[in-house]
Amino acid sequence: MNLSDQVHARLAGVTRIFPAMGSQQPVHALGPVDLDLRHGEFFAVVGPSGCGKSTLLEVLAGLQLPTAGAVEFEGRPVHGEVPEGVGVVFQEDASFPWLTVWDNTAFGLHRNGTDESEIKKRVDDALAFMGLRDFARAYPAQLSGGMRQRVCIARTLVLQPRLILLDEPFGALDAQTRLLMGDEVLRLWRSTGSTVLLITHALDEAAMLSDRIGAMSARPGRFMDIVETGWPRERDSKIVSEARFGEITGRLWDNLRGESLKSLGHAGMSVP
Amino acid sequence: MTSFLGMTKVGWIRLAVIVGAIGLLEVCCRLEFINPRVVIPPSMMALALFNILRSGTMNADMLRTFGSVAVAVSIAVVLGFVLGVAIHAAPRLRRTLDPFFATYYAVPIFIFYPVMVAIFGLSVVPVIMIGVAAGSVAMIIATLNGLDRIPRVLTKVARVHRMNAFDTALRLKLPAAAPYLFTGVKLAVTYGFIAVIASEFILAPAGVGHEIAFAYNDFNNRRMYGLMLLLLLVATCVNMILHTWDQRLARRRGRVAL
Amino acid sequence: MTATRRIADLLILAAAFLAFWYGLNAVVGSTALPGPGPTLSYLANFVGTTRFLESLVSTLTSFAYALLLAYAIGLSLGVWLGAHHLSGAVGEPILVAIYSMPKITLYPVVLLIFGLGISGKVAFGALHGILPVALLSMNAIRNVPPVYLKAARTMNLSRWQVIATVLFPATLPEIVSGLRIGLTTTLLGVVLGEMFASKRGLGFLMINAISTVQPEEMLTVAIVLFTFAASANGLLLWMEHRLHHRV
Repeated sequence: MNLSDQVHARLAGVTRIFPAMGSQQPVHALGPVDLDLRHGEFFAVVGPSGCGKSTLLEVLAGLQLPTAGAVEFEGRPVHGEVPEGVGVVFQEDASFPWLTVWDNTAFGLHRNGTDESEIKKRVDDALAFMGLRDFARAYPAQLSGGMRQRVCIARTLVLQPRLILLDEPFGALDAQTRLLMGDEVLRLWRSTGSTVLLITHALDEAAMLSDRIGAMSARPGRFMDIVETGWPRERDSKIVSEARFGEITGRLWDNLRGESLKSLGHAGMSVP
Repeated sequence: MTSFLGMTKVGWIRLAVIVGAIGLLEVCCRLEFINPRVVIPPSMMALALFNILRSGTMNADMLRTFGSVAVAVSIAVVLGFVLGVAIHAAPRLRRTLDPFFATYYAVPIFIFYPVMVAIFGLSVVPVIMIGVAAGSVAMIIATLNGLDRIPRVLTKVARVHRMNAFDTALRLKLPAAAPYLFTGVKLAVTYGFIAVIASEFILAPAGVGHEIAFAYNDFNNRRMYGLMLLLLLVATCVNMILHTWDQRLARRRGRVAL
Repeated sequence: MTATRRIADLLILAAAFLAFWYGLNAVVGSTALPGPGPTLSYLANFVGTTRFLESLVSTLTSFAYALLLAYAIGLSLGVWLGAHHLSGAVGEPILVAIYSMPKITLYPVVLLIFGLGISGKVAFGALHGILPVALLSMNAIRNVPPVYLKAARTMNLSRWQVIATVLFPATLPEIVSGLRIGLTTTLLGVVLGEMFASKRGLGFLMINAISTVQPEEMLTVAIVLFTFAASANGLLLWMEHRLHHRV
């Protein structure tokens, strides 16, 4: 059987309800959601702000427990702990300001007892891959936001994760940098063969990068539509000029426009 | 910024202001605008200090005083950090203690020094204990402050790396909170100095504070001012060293020293 | 529900503190540290005496003058150093250095200059209070986001309107923090002045109780001072919270 048809990670009936806090009502943030991530695919999740995209990622990563439903990674249940083989890159700058770029990247390897020569090789490779070789001795404060996010990606990369979860990693970057970072993520995805789940609010980013795109409804987030892009594995940001690209973003926007209005608070308005 | 001989323009102006202020005091004292029995000229203070240091008669007292401060501050920093971490983990206890912390420094803690003397006698132990009591609360407050400001995302990173509680505290929380802890150390030094010297003023068989009080009662102005200069210089130097170190770390981390 | 729980927490803390005090008293004996019972009954009798009331009035008067001086000088200094960039860059490290000096060392100078009267302790109190007020108000002005001033310019406000409607409200929360910390340090300065350079006031009562070995009286005065500082601090802290959470 072909590996790419196998399920790598699975969400089944996953629901997340945040319990009532003080005078606040409980919040039904997510679900129920069913999702099968195939081995080696690039899957993007788009949806209006506050729809539970990040909650979905954190439940899959084991950072949050689902209120109902089950999460599986490589056939084993995920329960409140991040499984080995899962890497996460967050939207916020999570580089450590007290460590150099090199030491930031080596952080996880020092912890799991990898031997020094292997650490050096993997860190140097990851820094070269992310174009950070000249900045190995710099501190994050000396770098731009985009470079710091690359440091975080490099730190995840050296651990050779089989599933990479990206939580709006380019949300804080300008549009051009985002396109270029997109190319790098594609390159990374191709060369590592990992499965990638990308959370984003940018439809063009999702359309350009992914094999499949899940469009989520306003809160509580559910998948309304899953679009197969049909892009070849070898692709880059130039596909934004293809007609198919426009079709995909158009279809996503048709789905999301009403939902985005809802999350803006226009729930009662009719959407033409 | 323009610089000359390795110092910026601002640095030169600052030096000029300080030298000018000292010079003005010198002139006022020499011309007896200020009664020389009240304040002696700065040059005479420096000369008196030089003579005291050269004679070596104060070495034992200096060792006692500065040693007490050093020991007290070291204990206060470690104790304050440990207590800070513990209190941070118990929000209810913290809410209850908060008003107490906010008022702690309004009452001079060294009034309890005689209580300590009654228990431990006139050794350095009561002085050090008062120094610890004075410094540790500043460190607790700074630790709480620092732990509050650790970005949430770093705790998520710790979980992604499957770090245990001890590792998270040592490898993530400690360095992330370090700038705030540094502020705590600087305050602990200041309060430690005040407590030790005040205790020596009140009742002590030796120490720089005791010698200043003795010189004052003895109408020995030169010795008194020389010793005061010594204390202020040492305290200021220690603070400046900490400040410079803090700034160096701060620059690396891309923020302003607190 | 939360209010009752907080009161319960406070009571538990007070009970723990009293238990600690009893225990310490049992270990070290009543001549070193009297127990809570004798101290509190001493306090109940002592607060009615003229000796206490005269000292209290003396301390409060000196404190009021010192606070007025510290606020006036501290705020002017802070506004000047905050608004004028070069002065701020030159002056800040000097202020920080003076702030962290153990100023208690200087008590003989205060005695030599002012003698034993009220002016000495006022000066000592103000000396302690000026620096935190100046440093915090300086930072408050420096931290005003430039976009506020740009926004004010687009609305064609006059200089005074900018100060009254933008700068003042924007800096107020931080300035109030400075005033609060200045209040605590000024009180400390006044008490220190009374202890070492005066013959009147609560500070003098404390040092006198220490030298005549009357620990009940010393503890009583300490309790009074702490209560006063805690209430004044609590009042300003409440104002600060309200200012930070307006919007």
